[in-house]
Amino acid sequence: MSAPEKIIPTVKKNTILLMLEKGERLDGRKLDEIRKIKIETDVIGNAEGSAIVHLGNTIVIAGVKLNIVTPYADTPNQGVQIVNAELIPLASPVFEPGPPGEDDVELSRVIDRALRSVKAIDLDKLVIIPGKKVWAVYIDIYALNHSGNLIDASMLASIAALLTAKKPKIELVNDQIKKLDEREKLPITDIPVTVTFAKIGDKLVVDPEYEEELIMDARLTFGITSNGNICALQKGLCGTFKPSLILEALEIARKVADEYRNYIKSFIQI
Amino acid sequence: MIGMPTKKGTPIVLLKENGTRIDGRKPDEIRPLKISVGVLRNADGSAFIELGRNKIIVAVYGPREVHPRHLALPDRAIIRCRYHMAPFSVPERKSPAPSRREIELSKVIREALAPAIFLEKFPRTTIDIFIEVLQADGSTRVASITAASVALADAGIPMKDLVAAVAVGKVDSQLILDLNHYEDQYGEGDMPIAMMPSLGEITLLQADGIFTPSEVRAALDMAKMGIEKIYNVQKEALRKKYSSLLFR
Repeated sequence: MSAPEKIIPTVKKNTILLMLEKGERLDGRKLDEIRKIKIETDVIGNAEGSAIVHLGNTIVIAGVKLNIVTPYADTPNQGVQIVNAELIPLASPVFEPGPPGEDDVELSRVIDRALRSVKAIDLDKLVIIPGKKVWAVYIDIYALNHSGNLIDASMLASIAALLTAKKPKIELVNDQIKKLDEREKLPITDIPVTVTFAKIGDKLVVDPEYEEELIMDARLTFGITSNGNICALQKGLCGTFKPSLILEALEIARKVADEYRNYIKSFIQI
Repeated sequence: MIGMPTKKGTPIVLLKENGTRIDGRKPDEIRPLKISVGVLRNADGSAFIELGRNKIIVAVYGPREVHPRHLALPDRAIIRCRYHMAPFSVPERKSPAPSRREIELSKVIREALAPAIFLEKFPRTTIDIFIEVLQADGSTRVASITAASVALADAGIPMKDLVAAVAVGKVDSQLILDLNHYEDQYGEGDMPIAMMPSLGEITLLQADGIFTPSEVRAALDMAKMGIEKIYNVQKEALRKKYSSLLFR
């Protein structure tokens, strides 16, 4: 089950609700405005790719590790993509130690779907010996400071780490795999981002702060591809949405997705 | 109605030239649906759903005392939900241990059902929902929600509405309703949607694959249509059980 009840003072809750009525937020943002983003890449020398993303006060690190593995039986001619996320107690008093809970699993699976649906990693290009040896790309996500919207921060960190990852070139000598010193980029074909909304009452706010998440009725995440299509959808929590509100959110999400992507491009040479 | 077996690697035609699907359905047609209510004696409420070749059984226990106690909430009931696939429910035996997929689905199914339940009527209690997929044929999460909602009603738990659910898929760039195993496996997308039909509120929305914005719009419309049909079967199933009790 989920972590113990997280509490927000009624005064603060009422303030947020009153401000929302006027189209304002606690931190001065507009309802459809995202927080400032900082992306650092190549922060972990031992990882083939890595990135730390600051989304306001939320901090997430993602590392990319590469392994040569036997492909899955049902996809013998494809590389392997594995996403794992952990909400460690280091990041927030509301996270508890222990094996990944359902929040961790949901986070990693949403990121995994967004990447996989648009084939962001071209897994067909990660085959070394068809049916026998392929590259496995492991994306491991760790929350470092939870100040709301871990999904979008995790997606940004993952794609930033993937875009900057370097894979050793290999040489095949009589079916023996030899890793060379020379390195090359991973085959990344798209830059998907996620855009997450908190629904508070009948209002939608983009990129929710932690306090907004505490009082939100529902959460809605869109995965958006480089050309504005949808590569993932995930509703969370026990609130509901009218279909019309989802379509409204979708249009905002496509605009916000471009802002996220512009941040990525401003930090990373693609 | 039974899907044709396919050899691995052989391309399969999901949408024929005349517009019919691999099992002969039209794009916006749902599979034969049957719901039986009150199939388990020990449970407070139960339902068995057959949607195409899917066979899923759901038991509801509660509202009852929460163990361990610290999980109880002072102002409302909690819901616990376990979605599980039997090892024999799929062509290749599945490990009985809960997979990451099952952990996520248990969460989203719980969040799809919770909005319909008057939880505040039962403080300090739990409503436990146990879902066993006995045979899987695509769209198991939505079939589970449809059945679980009926089982909750069968348990006599007061609800704002039933929750009915369906998946919209995409094959050959065309939207299809209620995707089966093959359409799920080899199709281009899967968008499971759950609604409280009378209230017009969406309680579950997920998607993988690529959808354009206009496809999302069309998928929501298509789902709404399918959900109306499923809703009628749910109500009929409940009526069938309880109308026979009325005149005893």
